[in-house]
Amino acid sequence: MTSISEIRFILIQNRAGKTRLAKWYMQFDDDEKQKLIEEVHAVVTVRDAKHTNFVEVRDKSFRNFKIIYRRYAGLYFCICVDVTDNNLAYLEGIHNFVEVLNEYFHNVCELDLVFNFYKVYTVVDEMFLAGEIRETSQTKVLKQLLMLQSLE
Amino acid sequence: MALKIVKGSIDRMFDKNLQDLVRGIRNHKEDEAKYISTCIDEIKQELKQDNIAVKANAVCKLTYLQMLGYDVSWAAFNIVEVMSSSKFTYKRIGYLAASQCFHESTDVIMLTTNQIRKDLSSPNQYDTGVALTGLSCFVTPDLARDLANDIMTLMSHTKPYIRKKAVLIMYKVFLKYPESLRPAFPRLKEKLEDPDPGVQSAAVNVICELARRNPKNYLSLAPLFFKLMTSSTNNWVLIKIIKLFGALTPLEPRLGKKLIEPLTNLIHSTSAMSLLYECVNTVYIDVNTPPLPSLSLSLCLYLSLPPQLCVQKLRILIEDSDQNLKYLGLLAMSKILKTHPKSVQSHKDLILQCLDDKDESIRLRALDLLYGMVSKKNLMEIVKKLMLHVDKAEGTTYRDELLTKIIDICSQSNYQYITNFEWYISILVELTRLEGTRHGHLIASQMLDVAIRVKAIRGFAVAQMATLLDNAHLLTGNMQRMGICEVLYAAAWICGEFSEHLENPMQTLEAMLRPKVATLPGHIQAVYVQNAAKLFATVLKSQEGNTDSTAAQETSQLMIDRLPLFVQSANLEVQERASCILQLVKYIQKLQQKDVEVAEEVSALFAGELNPVAPKAQKKVPVPEGLDLDSWINEPPSESESEDEQPKAIFAKEEPKHSRPRREEVDEKELAKRREARKQEQANNPFYIKASPSSQKVYQEAPGVEHIPVVQIDLSVPLKVPGLPMSDQYVKLEEERRQKERAEKKKKEKKKRKEKRSGRGKKHDSGPESEEDITPAHQVDIVTEEMPENALPSDDDDKDPNDPHKILILHIVKTFVYDIQGNLQDGSQVVVSVIFENKCDSFLKSMEFNVLDSLNSKLQRPEGSGPHDGLTVPFQLPPGVSNEARFVFTVQSIIMPQKLKGTLTFIVKDSSTHEKLDFKLHFTCTSYLITTPCYSDAFAKLLESGDLKCSSVRLEGVNMPFHHLLARICFHHHFSVVERIDSCASMYSRSIQGHHVCLLVKTVSIDAKCDEPTLLGNVLDEIKQTFSQC
Repeated sequence: MTSISEIRFILIQNRAGKTRLAKWYMQFDDDEKQKLIEEVHAVVTVRDAKHTNFVEVRDKSFRNFKIIYRRYAGLYFCICVDVTDNNLAYLEGIHNFVEVLNEYFHNVCELDLVFNFYKVYTVVDEMFLAGEIRETSQTKVLKQLLMLQSLE
Repeated sequence: MALKIVKGSIDRMFDKNLQDLVRGIRNHKEDEAKYISTCIDEIKQELKQDNIAVKANAVCKLTYLQMLGYDVSWAAFNIVEVMSSSKFTYKRIGYLAASQCFHESTDVIMLTTNQIRKDLSSPNQYDTGVALTGLSCFVTPDLARDLANDIMTLMSHTKPYIRKKAVLIMYKVFLKYPESLRPAFPRLKEKLEDPDPGVQSAAVNVICELARRNPKNYLSLAPLFFKLMTSSTNNWVLIKIIKLFGALTPLEPRLGKKLIEPLTNLIHSTSAMSLLYECVNTVYIDVNTPPLPSLSLSLCLYLSLPPQLCVQKLRILIEDSDQNLKYLGLLAMSKILKTHPKSVQSHKDLILQCLDDKDESIRLRALDLLYGMVSKKNLMEIVKKLMLHVDKAEGTTYRDELLTKIIDICSQSNYQYITNFEWYISILVELTRLEGTRHGHLIASQMLDVAIRVKAIRGFAVAQMATLLDNAHLLTGNMQRMGICEVLYAAAWICGEFSEHLENPMQTLEAMLRPKVATLPGHIQAVYVQNAAKLFATVLKSQEGNTDSTAAQETSQLMIDRLPLFVQSANLEVQERASCILQLVKYIQKLQQKDVEVAEEVSALFAGELNPVAPKAQKKVPVPEGLDLDSWINEPPSESESEDEQPKAIFAKEEPKHSRPRREEVDEKELAKRREARKQEQANNPFYIKASPSSQKVYQEAPGVEHIPVVQIDLSVPLKVPGLPMSDQYVKLEEERRQKERAEKKKKEKKKRKEKRSGRGKKHDSGPESEEDITPAHQVDIVTEEMPENALPSDDDDKDPNDPHKILILHIVKTFVYDIQGNLQDGSQVVVSVIFENKCDSFLKSMEFNVLDSLNSKLQRPEGSGPHDGLTVPFQLPPGVSNEARFVFTVQSIIMPQKLKGTLTFIVKDSSTHEKLDFKLHFTCTSYLITTPCYSDAFAKLLESGDLKCSSVRLEGVNMPFHHLLARICFHHHFSVVERIDSCASMYSRSIQGHHVCLLVKTVSIDAKCDEPTLLGNVLDEIKQTFSQC
């Protein structure tokens, strides 16, 4: 494997398994992507508040990854990272990301993400890059996002 | 022209924008695929237009469809078109689409190089930014090579926004084009001190990732990172830096000491759980890094966190109501377990509690921990708890996981922790009551393994298996339980193979021939049929012994009645075995009617014992002549291919280039280590017989089945197979046994004390028994291991039970086997190869081998050592491992057999006590003989010469075929056959000192000639002894 990055992919799915965002930081072919999306959905949606926010899937297709996820209303925000990575940091990362979305869309809901999917990608790109957490300051990210929006 | 434009814009009014598409998909939930295929057709039309706005809209929609999983790779060229638009809005759509759809094999990527370069150097920072973001997703080695310089320049851009992106993307570039790392590195290092904290953190990220792959090259940056760690307040950056130090400290132990203070400060001051976890985790990683035991100790001490305290802190985490913390606590605990098992073991209660947790991942973590926590003392207790959980567990996956864990826990390190195998067998039997498990074959293989290897348990195991067979209908009554019927495979085999232990073989035989058996999978039926035949033999034997000929005939009749059912089986294996055996039984019946006793011959069919294969059996198979295992089959790959490996090694050029010779350079230690590991693995896995996993279809329509009333069994009640003892009983029994043992021990100790008459201090060791005190009730032992038929004779010698110098079980702790070989080159040298096998649970080291020299025979010692010094055995022995050492002896006269006394001293690692083992080496005269071929004319000349003295010996009571007799002499006494005429043969051998030994062997006597009468006498005695033993 030539390109290992910290974050393998970021997924936003709803309860029904519809993809609301899929950002890949490793190279997968299309079939693999779909398979991963389905598998993540299968392992994540069966869990409830009693469960941890981490899933280590000992399946071959996950190749020693783990999923760190958080549920907001009907949406699951999932980050897939290396098993040795710090779970709590990414959990906080997800929350940070959701707070930015919330601010940017003014009380974000699933439909915002659906109709503005390209904007969500912009937000992701502002906060994560090349599989790394890139910017964690919410004010900075929001400032950049407004600048970008003004260019449209 | 104008019309065309108007027409175009009118068309556009009807185009769907993204919102329409999304809405449309939501409204067509029923026929989404169909709707989307019409959308894609529309998009294809839109892409054909010249208007860039239309194209961009189309590409945007495609990106959405791509996210939903539709293939849009056909539009790659259109995406490039949109990317190259000068308008930012469109450009962004193009780059987004590219970053989602392009991958390395997308061929249009090569068309983008110039466009990307233009965008990178655009005066508009957002153009640059969007190009960088896109590039991070689809950078290829070519792009990386062509654009590395441009991106490097951007690392010094005036805007921190761009610098930050450029730094992060450099990491991707390094991965794709490693040569760029060297020129870019100084600038990357500079960025660690960038005024903008975002850029700083990006640089930390990149270097941290690089260092993960090759920490050595980044040691020089440690001071810089140290400064960052003490000054930064960004938790994300701190986590990265700590991770980086985690990778660097093993290489530079002094770093650890420096880290103690800032880490302690962080642990005490931070409110972020994630940072705290990283700090604690790094400390633990240090604890567990082998080269750093002293450091980790000092770290722990300094942080006032001795292992117990660390565990205490983790306990607080595990007891927390936050599931995440509980999980991470268990995770960290498993790391400590490796180095400080004792301190974790005291929290067994807590771990067992976690098995009740709602979250499976927590339960699985707890199970993992339990695996490492068992000891002889607590195994039964832990397994008992697990068995309770098996009953309660919901969901077959978790239950199966529990089942495999129970078996893993019990069987680990060659059943190291099991003290009572009756208990284990009953646990296995209890596990067969699990509904719907997939692991029937696992249970079966354990049953077989234990029954074969633990001889003492066979009687008990057979009784249990007979009950299982008798109640087989309970296991197979329900189709859901088919997975478990694999255990019947083991049960049938054990009952058949060890049928002499059966209390009521007739009943078991009947159970095995029930018509219901025909519903079992084919491979199990086959085992049933085969083992029914074995049982039949046993039954016949007992019945003929009672001179009860009618009973014996009835038994044959039973076989003849029942076997045809199997002969009709659709499974070939079953059919073949059944018809063979049926014919055999018919023949037997014929003989029985003539009052011929057949039992002896029938049981001869199944004579001999099946033993596990010795771990080193494979090694001993001689390599056929002319086969060179070291030569290449194909020409080795040429030098040039090593270039492919380069991307893996960043900074590859700094290291001296090893190319080909490296392969052979794997040093001796490493090899020895690997060999050791492999040996251990083999020792732990002596499975010989495995349940074949191929399950056959069940043929319900076999005749006779429909006449049998099928009784439905209510499975809501947990099944209890009648007559099977519960494992709990054994827990109690074992407790009692141990108590008795302890009591006896105390008695002995008291006695000792009395003898010593130590008047002062009545010390009572009322403390809990220590691990070593528990003696196992049964010893797992590979009793006689099978060796390949054509194993090298010198090695095989020591395995043959008839050999005069046979296996010596000297001590429960270890055994060793030796073999003596004369050295042809030197008439006075004898090589003794000794196989040491560690049969205890502890690591043995510092072994010293010493022999009390006699006048005639002396152990060759290295120069400079005294005549009474021992020789160090050049290896250590982990539990269950065996190894071979050779010792050379000088012998003056070889005409007499000799016994040498010796001692072996060694240190048991756990208790670090010196232990001593006495042994005797028996040098027989045979061991001085060397198989030497001789032609008949030379042999005749030798006999005629008249130099030889004559002697003869009678072989009393030897009734074996003549060729066996010859083979035995050849084999055990190193002779070769010169000529054989009917039942008379001449044989020859030669001693290491050149004595000729000639034999004329007849069925009842041996005439022999030799130039040394004493030697001859002794050799003949030894031959006689060999035959008196059989």
